[in-house]
Amino acid sequence: MLKFLIEKEFKQLARHSFLPKLIIVMPCVMLLVMPWVANHEVKNVNVCLVDNDHSALSSRLAQKVSSSAYFNLSATASGYSEAMQSIESGKADLILEVQPDFERRLVREGEAEVMLSVNAVNGVKGGLGSSYLLNIVNDYAAELRSEQLPYMGAAASGSFQLQASYFFNPSLNYKAYMVPALMVLLITLLCGFLPALNIVSEKESGTIEQLNVTPVGKLTFVIAKLIPYWIVGFITISFSFALAALLYNLTPVGSFGTIYVFIGVYILALSGFGLVISNYSNATQQAMLVAFFFIMILVFMSGLFTPVSSMPQWAQNITIFNPLKYFMQVMRMVYLKGSSVAELTPQLLALCGFAVFSNTWAMLSYKKVR
Amino acid sequence: MATKNNRRLSIINYQLIVKEFRHIFRDTRSMLILLAMPVVQIILFGFAITNEVKNAQVAVFDPSKDAATTRLTERIHASRHFDVVWHLSSAAEAGEVFKEGRVNLVVVFSENFGENIWRTGEATVQLIADATDPNQAVTLTGYASSIIADYRQELLAERSIPIRVKAQVNMLYNPQLQGAYNFVPGVMGMILILICAMMTAISVVREKETGTMDVLLVSPVKPLALIFSKLVPYFALSVVNLITILLLSVYVLNVPVSGSLLGLTALSLLYIFVSLALGMLISTLVATQVAAMLASSMALMLPVMLLSGMMFPTENMPAILQWLSSIVPARWYIAGVKKLMIEGLPIASSLKEIAILSLMAVALMTASFRKLKNEH
Amino acid sequence: MSVIYAENLTKRFGNFTAVNCITFSVERGEIFGFLGANGAGKTTAMRVLCGLSKPTSGRCVVAGYDVARETEKVKRSIGYMSQKFSLYEDLKVWENIRLFAGIYGMGDKMIALKTEQTLTHLGFEAERNTLVKALPLGWKQKLAFSVAIFHEPEVVFLDEPTGGVDPATRRKFWEMIYQAAERGITVFVTTHYMDEAEYCNRVSIMVDGRIEALNTPKNLRQRLNAPNMDAVFQRLVQAS
Repeated sequence: MLKFLIEKEFKQLARHSFLPKLIIVMPCVMLLVMPWVANHEVKNVNVCLVDNDHSALSSRLAQKVSSSAYFNLSATASGYSEAMQSIESGKADLILEVQPDFERRLVREGEAEVMLSVNAVNGVKGGLGSSYLLNIVNDYAAELRSEQLPYMGAAASGSFQLQASYFFNPSLNYKAYMVPALMVLLITLLCGFLPALNIVSEKESGTIEQLNVTPVGKLTFVIAKLIPYWIVGFITISFSFALAALLYNLTPVGSFGTIYVFIGVYILALSGFGLVISNYSNATQQAMLVAFFFIMILVFMSGLFTPVSSMPQWAQNITIFNPLKYFMQVMRMVYLKGSSVAELTPQLLALCGFAVFSNTWAMLSYKKVR
Repeated sequence: MATKNNRRLSIINYQLIVKEFRHIFRDTRSMLILLAMPVVQIILFGFAITNEVKNAQVAVFDPSKDAATTRLTERIHASRHFDVVWHLSSAAEAGEVFKEGRVNLVVVFSENFGENIWRTGEATVQLIADATDPNQAVTLTGYASSIIADYRQELLAERSIPIRVKAQVNMLYNPQLQGAYNFVPGVMGMILILICAMMTAISVVREKETGTMDVLLVSPVKPLALIFSKLVPYFALSVVNLITILLLSVYVLNVPVSGSLLGLTALSLLYIFVSLALGMLISTLVATQVAAMLASSMALMLPVMLLSGMMFPTENMPAILQWLSSIVPARWYIAGVKKLMIEGLPIASSLKEIAILSLMAVALMTASFRKLKNEH
Repeated sequence: MSVIYAENLTKRFGNFTAVNCITFSVERGEIFGFLGANGAGKTTAMRVLCGLSKPTSGRCVVAGYDVARETEKVKRSIGYMSQKFSLYEDLKVWENIRLFAGIYGMGDKMIALKTEQTLTHLGFEAERNTLVKALPLGWKQKLAFSVAIFHEPEVVFLDEPTGGVDPATRRKFWEMIYQAAERGITVFVTTHYMDEAEYCNRVSIMVDGRIEALNTPKNLRQRLNAPNMDAVFQRLVQAS
């Protein structure tokens, strides 16, 4: 009985006007476009310089800023209010204002001032941009000191070195971080939405009635609905593994086997929830809206774009019930750290729990009699 | 045509509009979600989701244990970004604590740190970040370096070493560096396009699918009136959502409307109009509800989330994507909202955005009417 | 021996009583016409008998099984053709047959054999690979009927099977019904065409959820002194 039902689901899927294309196009778009977009790196900050001093030292500072990878010296202005215009029009993100007697005070009084005004609408960009600029200003001062005060020696420039290094991903490859997570997003959209739309579309076309008068059991029904998405999910993910390797030269440090184990469980868990939504919906539009609502919350709270650890405690508590979070962790850990199933046992147990829960619910909420 | 019939044939048909409202109100579940969506998003983005780093877990390896290292460690701990939770007994332990995932950043001081600052000049502080998440790693080292830089300035000032450059930092518009200031305009751009475009597209396509569209088309109602009646309810819903978002952001997130409310409203209405037009265009291009949903989510949602500058800065993207982002209406709307709402600039400052959105509205409306006429 | 037996069957939706305490039985091999105006409760009653809908009160037995308690056993013994065409439009003719045959537990060989027979019988050999949505309505209905009796059920429930079908096809459709009845399949059919009511062994006429009359067409005509079933129906509906 099961065989025939699964056969039917596949035929319908293959004959659909849109879905087969989607299954091919979506991984391509997702992996071609998104990795280029999804990074918070603060680079190319546009600086507007207000040099009220016009001295050798002030232009040296300007040069130092513009030679940094983080900043572009995009504009100069004769005064603060003129500079503000470039902030308001979006031409600059940051104003660096050098006071009129900068050089004289630096030489005579030993201390001079610069003023940074940062467009902080985007708080992180503002915060990081200003801290990078501060570092440049400090380096600049240290350079001057070692030139001007050679008698004091390196030591007396009163300095210490600051080194930064990065573990697991030393070249700070954002793509290595985003691509595995984007695969999770891909699977989630496909295997979450499509089952949500499936049963409800049979309700709309009336074919569900015909199935309901047959002896098809609830379990058989749910399994027949799940397996096609399971297989579609496996194909899609394998396709995206290939794309990731080809486009970004990314392969997991850990084993594919580990990933496939988790994908198997994850798709079951997710499609189960999709079927639950479908069971409770009366119309495609409604099912889509409900699915969209929940998937949106799950995605935003999964750590895909922003780390879970920077959420407040109450929000972190909610993410305990987010299957996406676990699978996201798994993909990143296997891809970047090479974790194995043994190290990922908590995640595996959590996902198995979700799978059992959602599919039991899907089975119980499928009503043959109303 | 007799004047008597003209009223029936005008583009505003009250009966049809009432019918559309009935569709929406009858489906309580969908309506609840449509109304709750902005509330949930504002709460999520206002409170839960932030790319700001707070209380990151820090481990310190300090073989010197002198005044300088103690003071620096205290400084780091006092920052809202960091919590020093661990003291390592060797630098090699860093690898272990990272593997276990217990800390995000390790600070390693060199031996005789305080003494060497003045004696050999070879004192070092090493910041090692877990770069599994490069975004977070860079943010963390950025914040930590600026704490250390401040400390360096202090040292120099204490000893009156000459040639010091003091920097005074002034955070414009958002002195507290709150994430909400950036997200609120983004959420507005996203919600409005979702409800307007996606829902309109789906509800038009549903009538095509069930065949009721044909019934309406053979009636003396003008196709224009038909489309118009689809747009009105979603327009109304969007306005309700707009009000909800603004009230929530002002009273719950404390993000003020610093500019003219009138200007902001006008800009938003224009954007809603663009979204409705986009929804209509999609509905003329696809045949099934599922296709309408997927097309609008692929063509609208993802670009809005990714290319509008809501979550990720647009200036780092490759040129082709930057170009692509300029055809996303939300990008212009969000830029306009930032100016009018957050930065408090006059309407004149966002003339460019308004012009682009108007142009898009005209182009989209023309395209979808032309498509509709060709079909029937 | 009765194949369908309903006793005091009632179905309410909120305040509305769709089926009001009906009692009747249908004999094996009988063609039983279930007549009534739109909204009289025919479809609801049929859905209850098929186990698609739970009765508010009352009991029914179909093919020897209690519908409330042995729903799954009932489902093995019945076929159903709903008012709304409900085969899979995006599957081909043979694929629909195969699916439903498979659901009733037929093996591949058996399915292949019976598919040939059915297609020949329907004169559908050329349409084997046609998507069902491309078939004309009358053909769809004939196919749906064949699928409903493909597994040789004891009873087949037909909900307005000939609605919107041309007279020639309707006649052919009734020939198929007769053939099924001859094989011993009990046919439970609702219809709006009064000429079709004449083809039934017995008819019941439902008005506002109750059965107002139940007898052979001939007896009904005599009792109400009506020239044809159309008049019988009009009189009963007007009387209430």
